[in-house]
Amino acid sequence: MEALWSHLPALQIVIPLLGGVLVALVRRGSLAFALTLVVSWVLPVVSGLLLYQVLSTGPISYALGGWPPPWGIEYRVDVLNAFVLMLVSAIGAIIMPFARRSVALEVGERRSAWFYCMYLMCLAGLLGVAITGDAFNAFVFLEISSLSTYVLIALGRDRRALVAAFRYLIMGTIGATFYVIGVGLLYVLTGSLNMVDIAQRLAVAPPEQARAMVAALAFLTVGISLKLALFPLHSWLPGAYAYAPSWATVFLSATATKVAIYLLVRFLFSIFGGALDLRSLPVAEILIALSVAAMFIASFIAVYQSNLKRMLAYSSLAQIGYMMLGIGIANQAALTGGLVHLVNHAIMKAALFMAMGSLFYRVGTVRLTEIAGIGRKMPLTMGAFVVAGLGIIGTPGTAGFISKWYLAVGALDRGWWVLVFLLVASSLISVLYIGRVIEMAWFRPAADGLAEAKDPPLSMLLPLLLLAAATIYFGIDTRLTAGIAGEAAQFLLGGLR
Amino acid sequence: MQAFLAFADHYSYVITILLMVGGLYIVVSRSNMVKKLVGLSIFQTSVYLLYLEPAKIVGGTAPILAPDFTVYSNPLPHVLILTAIVVGVGTLALGLALVVRIHEAYGTIDDDEIKPQDGG
Repeated sequence: MEALWSHLPALQIVIPLLGGVLVALVRRGSLAFALTLVVSWVLPVVSGLLLYQVLSTGPISYALGGWPPPWGIEYRVDVLNAFVLMLVSAIGAIIMPFARRSVALEVGERRSAWFYCMYLMCLAGLLGVAITGDAFNAFVFLEISSLSTYVLIALGRDRRALVAAFRYLIMGTIGATFYVIGVGLLYVLTGSLNMVDIAQRLAVAPPEQARAMVAALAFLTVGISLKLALFPLHSWLPGAYAYAPSWATVFLSATATKVAIYLLVRFLFSIFGGALDLRSLPVAEILIALSVAAMFIASFIAVYQSNLKRMLAYSSLAQIGYMMLGIGIANQAALTGGLVHLVNHAIMKAALFMAMGSLFYRVGTVRLTEIAGIGRKMPLTMGAFVVAGLGIIGTPGTAGFISKWYLAVGALDRGWWVLVFLLVASSLISVLYIGRVIEMAWFRPAADGLAEAKDPPLSMLLPLLLLAAATIYFGIDTRLTAGIAGEAAQFLLGGLR
Repeated sequence: MQAFLAFADHYSYVITILLMVGGLYIVVSRSNMVKKLVGLSIFQTSVYLLYLEPAKIVGGTAPILAPDFTVYSNPLPHVLILTAIVVGVGTLALGLALVVRIHEAYGTIDDDEIKPQDGG
């Protein structure tokens, strides 16, 4: 037991990786699902233990294969990535029961084993990015998750899914290659790939290397921003989320962009923060300007969408703006707000997309005009949609309010009144697009085609209701979310020059 | 003469950057999906050079402890790029597979001809 305990960081990756291979070998739909379910439920136990260990005894360093860092690959778990690991694996576990019927319908019984295989690979990649302490290893995991994501998207029913996957492949690969260029420059500068080691070496680098450092910073920021769909590098996201199988969208919207944001935070604060005076560079200004643009433009576009999955995808872009805003403002309150929004948005958006998945399962459409009066036919599904939607708007008493509250406090600490105003104004736009759906679903007479519609089976309903309840719970009791996010923010800001 | 020497000094980097920009330009400017993938591959390959150039030492060997050899090349970048090549091949294979499927579904591999088929 003692031996297993010390290998927890490796298990976090090895379990989903082996699980993926096993699922591909099994090939039978129901058995593949059962295996995937077991893997998904074991992972949060592992990351929970890691988080507990980090909170009680500090960062864990795990030398992969026994090669000590900085020569070997190190898995380094501190409070920030323990938090991200917990988020990804917990979301994966909660939404897994939803998958069986949804995937069987949309991907087909015959191909569903491949779907689960790709899902587990993607999960392993995302967890790997979060856990690794090696910059190049992070690239490999990033590409493992991206390549499997392209497949997940391409398995959508609509032929447009193929085009969306192809566009994502092009953009994603450009992003990853920019990332590799950035890491290459850092490697030339420091001769090291270990993140902690790079940070230490950069901090004592001679001043004439500053220019190369800025170039590396630029490549890394642009590359990772492509992966996390920061406005205006977002063009791949709406199509990908709209045409992927419903359950893949649930998973990706809740986890993939979050892990990319984590990676950017890691580079900005833990690696460059100690080496460059980031305040003398226009990093914060650029991030804040782009975040505000995302908050408004993406929200406006969302209002005009008739495909609800596409609408929620644009809403995701706006929400990514909120997270990046917290990173741009970069003080204790705002960074806490940005990080806690990783969790809160994951919960709310997963719930919203699951409501869409349930709609599609019962009605076969997610177009706004075709779901008039659906609220009375599927009260629990659309009720959960309303709760999570209120969260996205940022109504007090929901998780979304907490994130925006911290962001506003952070902006006020800097004396940036305008930002607070913009935060509220952009939330008002989200009232429009969420309100449109609520109005259509609850305040119209039921359309003719919907007579047979009813709430989905329990395996789909329970995860949805659980996340809707979590939206409210984390709006009231924030010890778990904002507490850990606050600690992570403190840890990050402590490393700044 | 000075300028020429500076150029000759950085010759391999100049080539790398030309390939990098050229590849990226093909990705952006072509609407044929196979050509896009070709550009993407050139772009990725140029980055392999970026890693390998600083690692190569003229006359250097692999780091083998033997009395005859005193100059070693750093093997790590080569290993890294081996990994990157695997990733690149995987990406290219998946991209081409998607193009095949797109051709089956749309009858064309030209981005500009696909958009009108789905109503803009």
